[in-house]
Amino acid sequence: MGAPVPADRMTPLLDRRLVFVTGKGGTGKTTVASALALLATSQGKKVLICELDAKGELADYYESPPIEFKEKEVQPGLFAMTMNTEAALREYLKLQLHIPIVGRIGPVAKAFDFLATAAPGVREILTLGKLCFEVRDGDWDMVVVDAQATGHIVGLLAAPQAVNGLVKVGLIRTQTDWMLEMLSDPAMTGLLAVCTPEEMPVSETIELAERVRGETTVQLAAVVVNRVLPELFGRQEEAVFEALTTADPLAELDGLVDGDAAPVLDAARLAVTMRRTRSSHLERLRGGIDPDVPLLYLPFLFTRSHGLRTTKQVAGSLGEELGF
Amino acid sequence: MTARAQRAAKNAEPTAPADPTMDGLLATKEIVVACGPGGVGKTTTAAASALMAAVNHGSKVLVLTVDPAKRLANALGLDGIGNTEHRVPDSAFAAAGIKARGELWAAMLDTKESWDSLIRQHAPDEQTRDEILANPLYQNIAGRFVQSHDYIAMERLYEIHSTGEYDLIVVDTPPTRNALDFLDAPERLADFFSSRLLRWLIVPYRSKLINVATKPFYQISDRILGTEFMGDISEFFILFQTMYDGFVERSKAVGRLLSDRRTTFVVVSTLEATPLREAEFFAQQLTERKLHLGAIVLNKVLPDYLRGRAGTKVAEAMKDRAEDLAAALAPGLGGIGAGLGDPVQIARVLTEVADSFLNFQVVALREMEERASLAVAPDVLATVPFFDTDIHDLSGLLRLGETIWG
Repeated sequence: MGAPVPADRMTPLLDRRLVFVTGKGGTGKTTVASALALLATSQGKKVLICELDAKGELADYYESPPIEFKEKEVQPGLFAMTMNTEAALREYLKLQLHIPIVGRIGPVAKAFDFLATAAPGVREILTLGKLCFEVRDGDWDMVVVDAQATGHIVGLLAAPQAVNGLVKVGLIRTQTDWMLEMLSDPAMTGLLAVCTPEEMPVSETIELAERVRGETTVQLAAVVVNRVLPELFGRQEEAVFEALTTADPLAELDGLVDGDAAPVLDAARLAVTMRRTRSSHLERLRGGIDPDVPLLYLPFLFTRSHGLRTTKQVAGSLGEELGF
Repeated sequence: MTARAQRAAKNAEPTAPADPTMDGLLATKEIVVACGPGGVGKTTTAAASALMAAVNHGSKVLVLTVDPAKRLANALGLDGIGNTEHRVPDSAFAAAGIKARGELWAAMLDTKESWDSLIRQHAPDEQTRDEILANPLYQNIAGRFVQSHDYIAMERLYEIHSTGEYDLIVVDTPPTRNALDFLDAPERLADFFSSRLLRWLIVPYRSKLINVATKPFYQISDRILGTEFMGDISEFFILFQTMYDGFVERSKAVGRLLSDRRTTFVVVSTLEATPLREAEFFAQQLTERKLHLGAIVLNKVLPDYLRGRAGTKVAEAMKDRAEDLAAALAPGLGGIGAGLGDPVQIARVLTEVADSFLNFQVVALREMEERASLAVAPDVLATVPFFDTDIHDLSGLLRLGETIWG
C-alpha cells in the first residue's frame, strides 16, 4: 500500500508528528522509544510519549513516579502517559459525544469491555483514536508511542481498514476516515522498528517490513539496530591476537602479568565470535529491508541496567546517528 | 553458584526434600508448558527439552511450537508442515550423530486452522458450521484477535493430550502482551460465552425489544458502531450460541488440564533486569494459582570466567602496562609469523582485549546480582551459558538440552 519513497524524500524521523516504536521482545523497544522522546525534547520539541502495554515500565526509564492515563511531565518538555482504552472511551464520550455517563460508567464499561472483546478492532480504534486526537488537537510537536511488539503492531496499525470493512456507518466509521488520512501520510506518521543483530529479531523485522507495506498504510521510517558490538580488531591485529593465544606467548604473558591471562583472552574471543555471528545477521537485515529505509545503529551498552542515565546515553547515540 | 552446586548445597541439608532435576521433571510429567517474556529463547528451550526427553527416556515426545525460527523449523522438519503433527525423521538424528531411544514429534500452531477445526467439531449442523466459517466477524476473530491465539494454543494442547498419543507434550507459548494471558484464556472464553451480557446483546436485536437496563448501552453502541454492525455482531453470537455448551465445557476442561498435577510450567528468562522481573512475576502468579512451577531456566548467561577477580587484576595489568608487555612479547610473537612482532600493534591488541574483558565483566557481575535477587524458588533452577552461535540444528539443541540438564 505505502509506495516506496526515495531516501532523499523520506521525512526525517524527528520531523514526524506521530512515531510508533515496535520491536521483538527483548530488543530494547522501550529503551529506544524513551530515548527518542528525550532526544526530540533536547531538540526543543514538546513531546508526549505514550506506553501502550500499560506495564508501567516507562517510569523506570525516566525514573519518574508511576505513569497514568492523564499525562504528566517526566522531564522538562517531555510528558508521559499510559494507554487505557476504557479511560479513552470515557474521554471520547464526554468530549466528542457529550454523553453524560460519568457517574454510571461501571456497567457501561463492563458492556464495553465485552463488546471490545467480541468485536475485534474496537480497542485498537480507541487507542489509535486517542493518539491521533493528541496529534491533531493536543499541544505537542511530536507524539512517540511505545507500541506493541512486532507480532501485534500490524493488527493495531491495520485496524482502521479492518473496521472500515466491517462497519459501514456510524461514528466509528467517520472517525476512522480522518485517522486513516493521518496514519497514511508519511510526512506525519512513521513506524520505527527496533531489532538486535540476532537471528530471530532480524527475521521478524524483515517480515514486519513486508507486512507493514502490504497490510497497513503506515510508512516504515527507520530500523534501529540495537546492541551492536564494537569491532575489536582489524585483520592484522586479529592475527596478533591469534598468535598471542598460542602456548608460548600465553605462558610468557602469564609470567609477565603474574596471573592467568587465559580468561581475559577467552573473553576477547567470545566478543569476536559474537560480533562475527551478528555481522551476518546485519547483512541479512540490510538485504531484506527496502534500501530507502535508513538503519540506525546503537552500540551495545555494557551496563544492562536501565534508568535515566542509560536513556540519556541511548538518546545521545541516537542523536549522533540522526546527525545531530 | 552453578545450578549443580546449588543442588549439591541443597542435598547437603539433612531436611532437604528429594532432589528434583529437569530430567526427573520431564520423566514424570505429561505436559511441560514453556513460558516467559519474549526474546529469551523460549522456543529453543522447549525444543531442546523435548529432544532431551526423546533421546534419554525413550518416550514419544511432541513439541508444539508457535513461531520457530526458520532454521529451527527446518531442523525439526516443520517447514511447510503447519498444524499437523510430524515426526522428526531418523535421518535428521543420524545427521546430528544422535541416537534417540524415543521419538520426537513436532507441530506448529496455526491459529486460523485450529479455530476452523474447533468450529467443525462443535457446530450442531452443516448449515451453522458454514455460516460461522463464512462470517466476516468470525474470520477476523480467528485470524487477528490476539486473545484467540492464547486460547487456541491451550485448546490444541488439550486436544492432543486427550488423544493419549504422546508420553510428553512440551508446549511453547505464544508471544503475549502479558505472559499471563494464555493462562486466563480458557476461563475468559468460558465467561465470555456464559455471560449474561451476551444475552443482553443478542435479545434486543433478535426481538427488537430493548429493556430499560440495556437502553443506554445500545444508544451508545449504535451511535459509535452503527446499527448494522451491531446487528452483525449479534448474528454472529446467535450462531455461536448453538455451540455454547460444547465450548464452555471444553474451555473448562482446558483450564482443569493446566492445573492438573501432570502439568508443569517452566519459566524461561535471561538475567537482564526487565525480562527477569517479568519472569519472576509470572512465577509468583503460577504459585498463587496453585499451578506447578517446575523450573526456571535462565538463558544466555555469560560464562563464569568473566566474573573472576583474578581476571580483573590481569586485565588491569595488561591495560596499564600494555607497552612494556608488548615490548617483552614482541620477539616471541615475531618468531611465530612475519609482521606479528610490531610492539605498537601488540600493545593495541592487549589494551582492546583487556577493555573487552572489563566491559563484559560489568555485565556478568550484574547478571549474578540479578540472579541472587531472584525472589522465587522453583524446584529446579537451570542456568544455560551464552552460546556464541545460533542454535539451528538437532546437535545444537542437544548441546543446549544437556546444559539445562546440568
